[in-house]
Amino acid sequence: MSQTFTLDGKTIPFEEGQTIIQAAGAAGVYIPHLCYHPEFKPHGSCKLCTVKVNGRHTASCTMRASAGMVVESETEEINAERRALTQMLFVEGNHFCPSCEKSGNCQLQATAYHLNMMSPHYDHFFPNRAVDASHPEVLLDFNRCILCSLCVRASRDVDGKNVFALSGRGIKTHLIVNAKSGQLGDTDFTLDDKAAHVCPVGVILKKRQGFAVPIGERTYDKAPISETAETTEGR
Amino acid sequence: MTAKKKLKVATTSLAGCFGCHMSFLDIDERLFTLLEHIEFDRSPLTDIKHCSPDCDIGLIEGGLCNAENVHVLREFRKNCKILIAVGACAINGGLPAQRNHLPLTTILEEVYHTSPGLANGMIPNDPELPLPLDQVHPIHEVVKVDYFMPGCPPSADAIWKVLTDLLAGREPELGHGLMHYD
Amino acid sequence: MNEMHAEAVAGVVDRVVARHRRDASNMVQILREIQETCDWISPEAIDRLQEVLGVPRTKIEGVAGFYAFFYTEPRGQYRVLFSDNITDRMLGSKALMDRLCNNLWVERGKVSEDGLVSVAQTACTGMCDQGPAMLVNNYAIAGLTAERIDQIAELIRGKVPLAEWPPEYFKVADNIRRADILLASDMKPGDALRAARARTPSDGLHSSNMRSWREGLPSGIGGPAAMLDEMKRANLRGRGGAGFTTALKWEACRNAHLKAGHQRIVVCNADEGEPGTFKDRVLLATFPDLVFEGMTVAAYAVGATKGFVYLRGEYRYLLDHLNAVLAHRRREKLLGPDILGIPGADFDIEVHVGAGAYVCGEESALIESLEGKRGTPRNRPPFPVTNGYLDQPTIVNNVETFAAAALIALNGGEWYARIGTQQSAGTKILSVSGDCARPGIYEYPFGVSIRQVLEDCGATDTQAVQVSGPSGVCVAENEFDRIIGFEDIPTAGAFTVFDRSRDMFQVARNYVHFFQHESCGFCTPCRVGTSLLRNLMDKLHHGAGSPYDFAEIEKLNQLLQSMSHCGLGHTACNPVLDTIAKFRPYYDKRMMQQDFTPAFDLDRALGAARQMTGRDDAAAHLATENGGKA
Repeated sequence: MSQTFTLDGKTIPFEEGQTIIQAAGAAGVYIPHLCYHPEFKPHGSCKLCTVKVNGRHTASCTMRASAGMVVESETEEINAERRALTQMLFVEGNHFCPSCEKSGNCQLQATAYHLNMMSPHYDHFFPNRAVDASHPEVLLDFNRCILCSLCVRASRDVDGKNVFALSGRGIKTHLIVNAKSGQLGDTDFTLDDKAAHVCPVGVILKKRQGFAVPIGERTYDKAPISETAETTEGR
Repeated sequence: MTAKKKLKVATTSLAGCFGCHMSFLDIDERLFTLLEHIEFDRSPLTDIKHCSPDCDIGLIEGGLCNAENVHVLREFRKNCKILIAVGACAINGGLPAQRNHLPLTTILEEVYHTSPGLANGMIPNDPELPLPLDQVHPIHEVVKVDYFMPGCPPSADAIWKVLTDLLAGREPELGHGLMHYD
Repeated sequence: MNEMHAEAVAGVVDRVVARHRRDASNMVQILREIQETCDWISPEAIDRLQEVLGVPRTKIEGVAGFYAFFYTEPRGQYRVLFSDNITDRMLGSKALMDRLCNNLWVERGKVSEDGLVSVAQTACTGMCDQGPAMLVNNYAIAGLTAERIDQIAELIRGKVPLAEWPPEYFKVADNIRRADILLASDMKPGDALRAARARTPSDGLHSSNMRSWREGLPSGIGGPAAMLDEMKRANLRGRGGAGFTTALKWEACRNAHLKAGHQRIVVCNADEGEPGTFKDRVLLATFPDLVFEGMTVAAYAVGATKGFVYLRGEYRYLLDHLNAVLAHRRREKLLGPDILGIPGADFDIEVHVGAGAYVCGEESALIESLEGKRGTPRNRPPFPVTNGYLDQPTIVNNVETFAAAALIALNGGEWYARIGTQQSAGTKILSVSGDCARPGIYEYPFGVSIRQVLEDCGATDTQAVQVSGPSGVCVAENEFDRIIGFEDIPTAGAFTVFDRSRDMFQVARNYVHFFQHESCGFCTPCRVGTSLLRNLMDKLHHGAGSPYDFAEIEKLNQLLQSMSHCGLGHTACNPVLDTIAKFRPYYDKRMMQQDFTPAFDLDRALGAARQMTGRDDAAAHLATENGGKA
C-alpha cells in the first residue's frame, strides 16, 4: 500500500525516503527548480522549489514526503516569491540572453518564462566576472553562474575528479577550478566528464558549437520547461 | 456620432538599435486596426519632436547610455500616463550594457587614443555632445516603468498581444512562444 | 615573514598537519595555525597542504576563501582589524582608524607599500563595553585612545613582535556590574558532577558494564535519566538566542540511534557573533570551570564521550587560558578517561577556534566548520541531535546554557525553576553597552524590565535599546516597561543603548551592512537580498530615498522571511523595519519629496566622462529628479 500526500489538492503517491520534488516528478507534476537534478543529492540553495508544507515554507528538494502532508505549490503567492528569486539571479550575474550560446536550452531562462518574469525588477549588479577559455574543448563563462553547484557535485560524485568547488562568501561566492593557476586547462577535466554536461545555464559550454540549433527548434522553444521531460529525467 | 477619443502613443529609441521599432512595424496590416484606436505623438514615425503633455502610452526602446537618453526618458515619464519598456536594452541594458565591466575611462582611452591606426586622437568634448554614463542602465533604474515587453526584439505578435491586452484593460500576458528574452 | 622560503613553509605545514593527526576535518584549525606562523596562506602552503593531506586543492581554497580571517594574499606582518560595531563608531573608532592609517602610511583596506601592515575593519569583536577595539593578528586590544594608537604605530614601525608588546594593551576587563546565581557562584570544580551522580539510585552506580556512565539502566530510570529529569524540572531554555528547551534537545540526542563506531558529541557554541553580545566572553574568561562542568554534566546526561568548544576567532586570546583550565581538570580527573574514578566515564573537550564568520553561530553551520568545511548551514531535517558532527548525535548549546546546567545539577531543577518568571526560568546575563555610565555585564532573573536595566546601568536620555543585537528587536521609549523573557522580549544577551543624540537610521544601516558582510552566500534570497537591502540603505543614506524604496524593503523582508535557508536571512531586514516603524523621522529627513528616485547618482555617473573630456558645463551634469508615481 503506497503512502500519499496532497499537492495542490492532487494526491501524490510516494515511497519512503523520497523528497516532495522527487515524488512530484515521478507523478509528472512540475515544481520549478534550478539546483535540483534527479541524479544528484539535493543541494537546497536556489530556493526556487520552495513550497508550503502544512502552511510553512520549505524547500521541496530536501524535505522528505510524509503521509498526509498538505503541500501547496501552484499558488500566486509562492509563484510571486519564485519569480522574485529568479529576478534576483538575473540581476546578480550578467545574463544577456541574445548573445548567449545556451539561450533556448537554458533552465534559468525557461524557468523565468514559466514564471512570467517580464522584467528583472531589481537594480543590476553588473559584476565583473571572468571568462576562462584555457581548456581546448570547453569554455567557462562565469557571468552566467548561478552557484547551483551541479558541476561541483557531478565532478565529485560521478567523475571522481573534484574539478569544481565554491569559494568566497556571501555575494562574493564564486566557482573555482582545481588548478594552481585557476585555469580549467590545467585540470584533468575532459569533455567526457558528467560535469561537462550538467550546467543548467551557459557557464560550461562546449567550444565551437554555439548557435547550432535555429531559434524555434531549441529545447524550450518546442515546449515550456514545465512539460519537458528532460528536467525531471535528467540531461 | 462622436468618435471615441484616440489614445496618444509616443515612442522613442534611447540607446537602442531601432530593431524594436522595426519589429513593431512588423504588425503589418494590423497597424490599420491599431490606428482606429491610437494616434502617434512624439515618435520617429511622425517626427514630432516633443511629447504632448497628455500622452497615454510611451513605448521606450533602448537603455540609458548617456545624459541625453536620461533627458528624453524623463520627458516621456512626465508626459505619458503609462510607460512601457520595450526590448532587452530598455529592460536590462541589453547589448550596450556589455561594456559595463570596463571602466569608461579605459573605453574612451582605447577608442580615441590608443586604438591601432589612430592618429591625433582626442576625446570629443563639444558641449553639444551628450556625455556617456559610467555604466549603461535599464530604464527602470531611473524612472518608474509600468510594463515590460521582453525580447530582442519582441516579436510583432508579442508587441501586438501586449498592446491589445492594455487597450482592452487586461493585465498584459505573454505565453510560451511569445515570451522571449532573445 | 611574508618572504618565507618554500621549504620553511612546507616545514610549518608538515608540523601543523601532524599535530592535527593528518585529519582533514581539522582543516579550519590547520589553516589558522599555518597563517598564525606564516602570516598568510600562500600558494606554496596550499601546495604542501594538498600533498600531505591528500585533499583536492579546491577543498583547501574553498575553505580558505570562506572565512574573513583567512588570507590567500599577503596582508602584512601586522594585520590590524578595527571592530566596526555601531558602539565602536559611537566611541570614535573611525577617527582612530584614520589616525593609525595616517601614522603608518597605509590606506584603509590595503597593505602598506613595504608589505609590513594592513588596516581594515571587521564585525563586532565583542568588546562593546570597552571600545573602541581592534584585533592585531587576531589578538584583541580594547579601550583604544589616540595615545594608544600612536604607541601601537610605533611598535609596528619598529617591527616589535606582538608577544613583546606591553601586556596591559591586551587587558580585557570583565566589568561585572550585577552578579546573580551564575556570576556569584562559588561552586568548586567537580561539585556539580558529584551531585549529578548522587541522584542516581545505587543500581546505576556500580554496574560493571563499561557503558554504565552513558546508558543507564534499560528501564530508563536511574543514571543519566535522573539528570535529565532535573533539567526538565528546571525548564531551562537555550541562552544563545533561539531558546529551545534544553532538556528536550538532550533527550533527543540521548535517544538517537547510534551507529557502530559512532559516539555522542557535546558542543559548546562560543561563537558569540551577534553585535553587542559579550557575556560568553566573560563566562569563559572568569568562569571556565562552570562552563566545562556543565558540558560534562551534559555529556553524562546524553551519554557523550567527546566535546568541543567552538570559540569565535575574535576571542583567540582566550585559547591558551581555556586549554590550561582543561589540562587542570584532566589532572583532577574531572575530564578525560574515568572521570571521578568511574570506569568508562570518558569525556574530553577540544577547543576549536573560528575564523571570522557570524553565520557559524548557527548550529549546523558551526558543525560544518568543526568538520573543516565552509560554514554554510545544513538542510534540516535531519537535526544535529540525530545527525550532527560527522553524522553523530550532537547537542549544540550556548556557553551560558552549560553554566546554568552545572548549577541545575548542583542545586536541582526545582530550585532553578523558582527563579525568573513562570515562562522563563532562571537568570539571563545581559551585555550592556552604548550610551550608559556603566557598560558591562548584568545578570538578572528573567522578568526584569528594560527600564530597570537602563536605570541600573546609568542610562539617561535614552531614545532606543537594541535588544539581542541586529537580529533582535529595537525597543522605543514607550516600550521600556516591557520585560526580558521568552514571553515578551527574548534575548541572547545584547543590550545596546542609544540616547537621543544618535541617528537611528545610521544604527539600522550599520546593522544592514553587517548582515550583508556576514551572509554565507548559500541561498539566493539572503545572498542577493542582503546586498539589495544594503544598496537601498546606502541610497537612503545619500539622501536619495523614496516611498518606493520603503515598499521594496517591506517586500524584501517578506521574501527573506519565507525563503531563506537560515535565521540570518530571516532576520536581516528586522533592524530596518523596526526603525522605520518606530523612528520614522530619521528616514523622512533623508527622503526626497518624490515617489520614486533613481537607483544611482546620475551626476556621479557622469563623473568619469566629465574628467575625460574636461567638461563642466551645465549639460555635463544631471540632477536627481522625480521618477514618477510609485
